[in-house]
Order: sequence, then C-alpha cells, then structure tokens
Amino acid sequence: MGKRKDSASEPDSKSSAPRSNSEPAAKKPAAAKAAERVTAVEMGARQREISVSEFFTKNRHLLGFDNPRKALLTCVKEAVDNALDACEEAGILPDVTVNLEVVSNGVPVAPSQANRFRVTVTDNGPGIVRQQIPRIFAKLLYGSKFHRLRMSRGQQGIGISAAGMYGQLTTGKPVKIISRIGSKAAAHFFEVQIDTKKNEPLVHENKQIEWEQPRGTQVTLEVEGKYQKGRASVDEWLEQTSIANPHVKLVYKTPEGETKEYPRTYHELPPQPREIKPHPYGIEFGMLLKMLQDTKSHTLSGFLAGDFCRVSPQLADEICKAAKVSPEDKPRELKGPVAETLYKTLQETKIMAPPTNCISPIGEKAILSGLYKQIKGEFYTAVSRPPAVYRGNPFIIEAGLAYGNRPQDQNKPQQPAMPKAEGEHEEEDSELARVIRYANRVPLLYQQSACSTFKAVLSTGWKNYGLSQSRGALPGGPMVIFVHMASVWVPFTSESKEAIADYDEIQKEITLALRECGRRLGLFVRRRERAASEFRRRNIFELYIEEVVEACNRLKGGTLPKQKLKEQLQKIATSRTGGTKTDQALGKTGGGPEGLPHSIIVTADGVEGETALATQVESDQGLAVPPAEPDLLGDTTPADEPASKENATKKSSRTKHLPKKTTMKSGQIAIRAGESKAKHPSKSAKTAAPRKPK
Amino acid sequence: MTTKTKKTTLVEKKLIGLADIVIQSAERSKDPTFQIPIRALSNVSFNERKGLIEMGSKKQERSFFNVGMAKKFMQTVLVADALSELQRADLTTSLREIYYRTKHTIKNSHENTFDTQDESDPVIEDLEVSLTALREELHVRAENSGSIVGPVVFGDDGDRVDCSKLGKGGYSVPSIVEPEYLEIRRCTADFLLLVEKGTQWNRLSEDKFWRRYNCVLLTGNGQPPRGVRRLARRLHEEQRLPVYVLVDNDPWGYYIYSVIKQGSINLAFESQRMAIPKAKFMGLSSADPERYELPRNVGIKLNEKDIARAKELMNYQWFKKPAWQAEIKRMLTSGLKYELDSLANKDFQYLTKKYLPRKLKEKDWLD
Ligand SMILES: Nc1ncnc2c1ncn2[C@@H]1O[C@H](COP(=O)(O)OP(=O)(O)O)[C@@H](O)[C@H]1O
Ligand SMILES: [Mg+2]
Repeated sequence: MGKRKDSASEPDSKSSAPRSNSEPAAKKPAAAKAAERVTAVEMGARQREISVSEFFTKNRHLLGFDNPRKALLTCVKEAVDNALDACEEAGILPDVTVNLEVVSNGVPVAPSQANRFRVTVTDNGPGIVRQQIPRIFAKLLYGSKFHRLRMSRGQQGIGISAAGMYGQLTTGKPVKIISRIGSKAAAHFFEVQIDTKKNEPLVHENKQIEWEQPRGTQVTLEVEGKYQKGRASVDEWLEQTSIANPHVKLVYKTPEGETKEYPRTYHELPPQPREIKPHPYGIEFGMLLKMLQDTKSHTLSGFLAGDFCRVSPQLADEICKAAKVSPEDKPRELKGPVAETLYKTLQETKIMAPPTNCISPIGEKAILSGLYKQIKGEFYTAVSRPPAVYRGNPFIIEAGLAYGNRPQDQNKPQQPAMPKAEGEHEEEDSELARVIRYANRVPLLYQQSACSTFKAVLSTGWKNYGLSQSRGALPGGPMVIFVHMASVWVPFTSESKEAIADYDEIQKEITLALRECGRRLGLFVRRRERAASEFRRRNIFELYIEEVVEACNRLKGGTLPKQKLKEQLQKIATSRTGGTKTDQALGKTGGGPEGLPHSIIVTADGVEGETALATQVESDQGLAVPPAEPDLLGDTTPADEPASKENATKKSSRTKHLPKKTTMKSGQIAIRAGESKAKHPSKSAKTAAPRKPK
Repeated sequence: MTTKTKKTTLVEKKLIGLADIVIQSAERSKDPTFQIPIRALSNVSFNERKGLIEMGSKKQERSFFNVGMAKKFMQTVLVADALSELQRADLTTSLREIYYRTKHTIKNSHENTFDTQDESDPVIEDLEVSLTALREELHVRAENSGSIVGPVVFGDDGDRVDCSKLGKGGYSVPSIVEPEYLEIRRCTADFLLLVEKGTQWNRLSEDKFWRRYNCVLLTGNGQPPRGVRRLARRLHEEQRLPVYVLVDNDPWGYYIYSVIKQGSINLAFESQRMAIPKAKFMGLSSADPERYELPRNVGIKLNEKDIARAKELMNYQWFKKPAWQAEIKRMLTSGLKYELDSLANKDFQYLTKKYLPRKLKEKDWLD
C-alpha cells in the first residue's frame, strides 16, 4: 500500500473538513449581540479550537450523515468502498460480505421500525498492518489516497473514520476491527474510538484472535439508522455497485434475514490505474504557491519538470523565459506578482494532455456483463469513450443501456379477456427510463437532477432512436441508462459527492457516449419493431380468421370443412407477413435449452453484434446457486485479428481456467465461467444459443 | 305470400355468396376480396330525365389480408351471417339489434368485433348496395317514427286501418311498407302533404285541415325515415297523389326536400323505389317572410355551418334550376333562417287558416 504522511502537515484544499487540530482555530463571529462592540480581548477569550466532534456534528450533512436513512447507507458505502479500493490496489479479486443487523435492546423490532443497526463489512483484501489500524478507523483525515492523483473510490481520508465517529456519537459504541495481512500473520482484533477533542484514536481493546480468514479486514460499526427499501436504499446501492463492479463477489445479508448474492461474472481485475503528477492546467493559483513551498527541487526549472506531468526540462526553460523568471531561481522565493505571472504562463503555454493510464475504465464487456447480470432486458449495449481532459484532469466516460423486457416476462399468461364495454380502452404504459450514475465505480444515489450525467440524458434526443420522450423529460420505456465517470478527480457539486459538476468537456463526452448507445438501440428497436409489426399483422389476421371461418360456416348452413378453410387462410396470412422470418426475429422459435432468454448485444466492435447469452439462474434466498455462465461469446471479431484465432482464444477461455494474470487484449477479455463450472460440469457442455454465421 | 318466399331465398343466396367468395379464394390461395360500390358524391349522378340521383359503377375492394381492411372484412362477414339468420327465421330487426347480435369479444383477445353501432351501420349499408338488396328485403327496419292521417284505408296484417277514423293521433307508419306488408285499399284524397315536424303535423291534424282540403297528412319527425318516404312514394305512384313538402326554411329543410324528391347520395341505388321526382316544395320559402310579413325578429341568424351547407347545396346539380338558385341565394343574402314554428308568432292557427290556404290558392311552390 502507498506511503502515508501525517495529514497534519497538509492543508486540505478541496474539502471543507477542518484543518488539523494543531493549527490555529478558525475565528468565530460574535453572534450573540450583534449591536454591541466587542474588544479584541473579549474575542480572544472566545477563540478556541473546534473539536472534530463539534465540526462533525455541524457538518454531518456534508459527509452524508444528514438523516438516519442516508447515514446507514453512508456507513455501508464507506466500508465497502474501502474494501474494494484495497482489494483492487492489492490485485485481489474482491469477495465482500455486508451484514446488516438490527440491534435491539431485548425486544425484537421489525427492521423497518428499528433505529439502531450493526453494520459489518468483511473483505478478502490485503489487510491493514497492526500499527495503522487505530489511526485509520479513529482519526479523521487519515488515509493513503488523498496525497496522490490516482483513481480510487475514496479520496479524502475521511470516510471510514467519519462513519466510526457517527456511530460513536449516536450509539456510544466503538468501532470493531479484525484484520489479517496473510495466513502466516496473526489476526488482530481492535476496538477503537476517537478522542473527539484531540482527533486521536483511543484503543479500548487490542488482542490477537483466531480468524477463519487467511487475509482481509472486517469492520463493525454500530450506528443509529433507518432501514427502508426502495429508492436510494442500501439495497439499491449494493445492487448498483454490483452492476458496475462485476468483478466483485458481493454477499448481502439484509436486516430481514435474507441473503442476496451478487455473483462475480467478470473474472478479471480492472487494470491498475497509475499514479500521476498534477497537470499544470489542473491546478489553482493557491495550489501552485503551496507546491512552490513544498518542492524538493532547488531550481524553478527542476520544479516545473519534476513536480508536474508533461513538462520536459526543455519546456520548463521555455516557460520560465515566457514568464520572465530565471530557471535557476529558488522556487521558495517566488512570490506575489511573479508567481502570478508564472501561473498565467503555465495556463497559456501549450502543454500535452496528461497521461491517461491513471484511470481505469470498467470496460464495455464488463459493463455488459454487469447490466446483464442485474437487469432483465432484451438488449444491452455499452460504450467506453476514449480518455478526455477537463481542467488538466484526465477522465473517461462510459455509458450503457439495458432495454426491454425479457421474453419470459412478456409472455405472461394473458389474463382471460374481460369483455370491453363501449367507450372502454386498453390502458397504456407510461414507464420512464431509469438512470444509474457512477463516479469511479461508486453509485450515486442522491441529487440526480443536479448531476451532469442526468442532464446529458435529458438533452439527448431519444426520439431519434425510436423511443418516446416528452420535452425535457426522461425517455419512455423499459430501460436503464448507465453512466460512469472515471477520473483521478471527479468534480462533485458538493462535498457529499452526490452529483457530478457540469463541465462542458464532461457533458460533451457523456452526450457522445449516450448517442452511440442510442444509435445502437435505435437499430435494435427498429429491427424489432419491424418484426413485431409483421407479427401483429399476422396476429390480427389469425384472430379474425377464426371469426370469418365460423361465420362462413354458419352461412353455409354448418356444412363447411372448417379446419381446411382455416388452414388455407392461415397459410395466406403467413405468406403475406414475412413468413418464418418474423418468428425468428421475435425469438418465438425455440428458446434453446432451459429456455435461454433471447438477448441481443451490440458491442462497439460489431455493427450488429448479436449475441445470445446463457441464462442467468436467479440466486434465491441465500441458496448458493452458482451463476450460470453468462457467456459473452459470439461477439464480433476485432478487425485486426483473424477470426479463427479469436475463436480459439475464446474456446480455451471457456474450457479451462486461465491463470489470473493471463495477458489478453483489454478489448477482448472473455468472461469466463467461474467456480460454478467446476461444481456443475454438465453446464459447461451447454452453450449459448447458436450464433449467426457472419 | 309466394313472392315473399321467393324474394327471401334470393337475398339469402346473395348473402351465402359472400361465404363462397371466401371459400373459393382460400382454395386458390388468393386474398378474399369483396367489391363494394362506393357510397359517396363521387359515385352518383343526377339523371335529369328521370329526376333521380343514380348510383355510378365505381367500386372499392375490401380485402381480408390487408391490415387496414381486415377488421371491416371480418365485420362484413359477421353482419352477412346475422342477416342470413334473419332470413332463415323470417324475422325483422333494427340496426341496433344487429349491432348487439354481432358484438362479441374475439377469442384470445381483448378486442371486440364491434365497438360501437357506428361500425355496424355502414357495414349494413355496404351490404345493401353490394347485394342490391333493399334494407327491407334484408329484414332490417328503421324505427317507427312517422304518422299519417287522412282519407286513406290500409290493410295491415289483415286489419283494416281507416286513417280518417283514428282521431288526431293518426296511424303510426310501420318501417316496412312494402305491398306484402301494407296494402293500400282505398284512397280518396286529392294530394299529400309531407310535413317535416311533428308539431305542425299535430296542428294540422287537430284543426282537421285534411278534411277541409281533402288531403293526406304525413310526417317523419325530421328527416323522414324510409317507411315514410316509401309510403309517400306508393301513394304518389299508386294513387296518383301530388306530393307537397313543408319544411323549415334552412339548408337542412332544403336537403330533406331533395332526399324526398331525388333520393339520397348514400343510398342512391334506392332512389328507384323511394324518390318522388315530382314532389313540390311548398315552404317555408326564403320568400315567405316578406310575403307573409314575418317579423325579422323571429328569424335565426345563419351560422357558419348553415352557410357552408347552403353553398354546397347550390352546387348540387338538382338545385341548379334558376328558381332554386334564387331561393337559396335569398336565404344567404338575408342571413336568416326561419322555423315553421315561427308562424305561430302571427297566430296559433296561422298555418292552417292563412298560410297553407293561400299557398294552395296561389299555387305558390317550387319544383
Ligand atoms: N478494508 C480495508 N483494507 C485495507 N485498507 C483499508 C481498508 N479500509 C481503509 N483502509 C485504509 O485506510 C485509509 C483511510 O480510509 P478512509 O478513512 O475511508 O479514507 P479514504 O478511503 O478516503 O482514503 C485508506 O486510504 C486505506 O489505505
Ligand atoms: Mg474510504
């Protein structure tokens, strides 16, 4: 894991969290009697340190603890984010268990009525070294991620300790931690609290224990909260997390005693994001001043070339020249207007965009896999945009769509037709699409309408893609729209990290990604509509044939060979409505073994990459039903690879487990069947629905 | 009665012919198609010599395997079936009952064969024109909504009906008045007066106008139903009664008169049996308000629809006579229409005692 510095030496430019308690306290205005004059002495008497608990109580809404329901979600979120960050950084495929329990004082309460919960999150990550545990969990603003520019879920070193603080303030209970860094090391158990005056950890308990896990961390928080399902709930957040993180195996034990399993469907870790130095375009003037003070370089040109990315020594000299400063000047001595000129020059000089390997997108195939796993639909697509830059920060936008109803849901047994009286009509559906938003793989559940992603969805002309859409509204139809922004620094509209700010560059990328998704959806919808209208036509004819045959029979005095006439008419109907093609296009002809759902996937590599995915066995009520293989095989072949080779790769990936670090081109990572195959060897013999020859 | 049986057989045969079209087309893998004469202005012509509107020969195809027509096709077969049932059982029924008889939910669907009567009525008219069978022959009757009084004697189901001995209510005209249902035994009247509205007919009947002027008074309460028109035609043809028409002075009144005289556009093929080309327009004429000194304040301002309708009427070939052009133009110029009821402004019995006597005396009518 990365190096840690003491946060006390680092003022926090982005968050509104307090500076460390060792710094001079902020001034408080004399509020009580505004009219009275107050002397400096009197003021001085009131000037004192603000304790972290005081700060926390006043600013809990900034950290996501506004109300009990949201607070419960924030606790789960902070712990799960940390678990995933740690696993990924350590190169471990994450196995995370979330256990949410009602804490009652003797009398059992229903989860929906309870106001106290125990949140336990367990991971199989690298674990935490013994000495760091107290400070990580019981000192605000202590972490490994703030001081570097690298994509991660947590950013500010305030997450888990704030959750611990919340628990402490609302229930008085300490945070309990078990952590083990490897099978040869011992597992340590800690109970810690924050000394809220000093922002320092208090260790209540510290012992070695037996732990069944060879490696990993378990955090238990006891907090005041409210459990309510539905929108912006813990359940929704975990489900969405699983969509954007199909490489994670997530088990969720709900307060109601249910176990929800979100299986791993993608068996490759996201590529490790690299750490980068700041880009000159991405810093503010104050930041430059601070960097000038902190740098280890003794010359200005050394500073520019060494502390920024994309600034070569040569370019550094040019910048100095343009700013009319000597490259040999001492950085620390650069102040005032001279520093300002340097800042302006930096912003005006043409500098190459920052490297983009500091961000790791989810990837199209993984998004497809995640959407397919969690959302029932007929059509899925995903787009990863090439990296772009806003204010010197590289970012990648990804979008995806899951559209329609699975065929088995459509073919609900028709209710016996209730005869309609005059003036009665069939009711119409007015379902609207749902948007799921992510920043660095973390679902955003609040402040949807303030979010750049949501605005981009609204301003996209979905009508062009065969959907309904009223002015300024979401498109209509059974659809989930997925938008992800990955960046070293996601610009949130506020500290609570709920909505992505509206930068033009970001909007543009989101819009482009959505348009591409929409275009593919349009192709699919139109093709399906064509088939459906043919089918509807034939359906009409078939309904009427019955009526016509019966009436003709009565006209002929009941002597008609009805069956013969019916068949003759049906034949004419079929020949006039596209024949068997319609059946195929609608997936009405045979669903394959186990009634494989008719799923079509278009990927970036294929114009109409049509793929049938194997069925997803629903994992019910904690039954450890392994997921069936969601085989994304059958995707179209990248142009630069001969088809046969591509197929060979796929075949091998299907039949045997590849070692974890198999090198594959990122664009063609096959999704392999997991452990399930070993347990159910028969399954591997079954393949997805036949692929159309290209 | 023999004629009746023979006729029925013919209609039933025609109806069964529709089933045969379906069967034969299916046999040859052809799309079953009915040919249906077009019932619209575009397919009628005015036969000046006969003074009748006649139906042209334009036809439209109604095919089963055409999404736009499939339902209509199915409905046509269903109505044909219901009509043939009437033939077999020798029953008559109304348009509305046919609608209910043929309405049901289609198997395995939420769809009704017919949603409103507006869908079944035109199908019946389509069958009338394509099979060239009168509605009466199809055993479909209109509502009884006509009355007759005066020196005429009918035989109705063996009963003798003397219309001079039925008080002021008169005899209610059945919807089917073909000779095999209604026999005209005797008629001593000099002419027939067809009155648009029941109010004026009641006034004339109460005042025994028919006795003093030896005429038959007939009304259809608005647009006269087929039975009333057909009875007027029979009295005109069989008893040689001149026919005079008394309607409101508005475009609708002109139209009623024209349907009585020349036939309707919708069912032009029936003109042969219904129209009375020699019928005369007694009033109200747009010249009457001045001649009979009706005050302007009993007139009603023509609305936009009236004006459009009046202009349309002026374009009909059968209103091209100069007297008629002048009549309609006069109404448009005045911008007013007058109801028959407005005559009461002068006196309750003005119609009986002044208006009609003077009209008859002056032979003041339009042809
Ligand atoms: N489950 C875990 N496994 C390993 N390391 C962890 C875990 N949870 C937290 N950490 C470490 O603790 C630090 C502080 O976490 P946190 O307070 O949530 O801040 P942040 O995630 O913003 O850095 C993290 O940066 C990480 O190094
Ligand atoms: Mg964190």
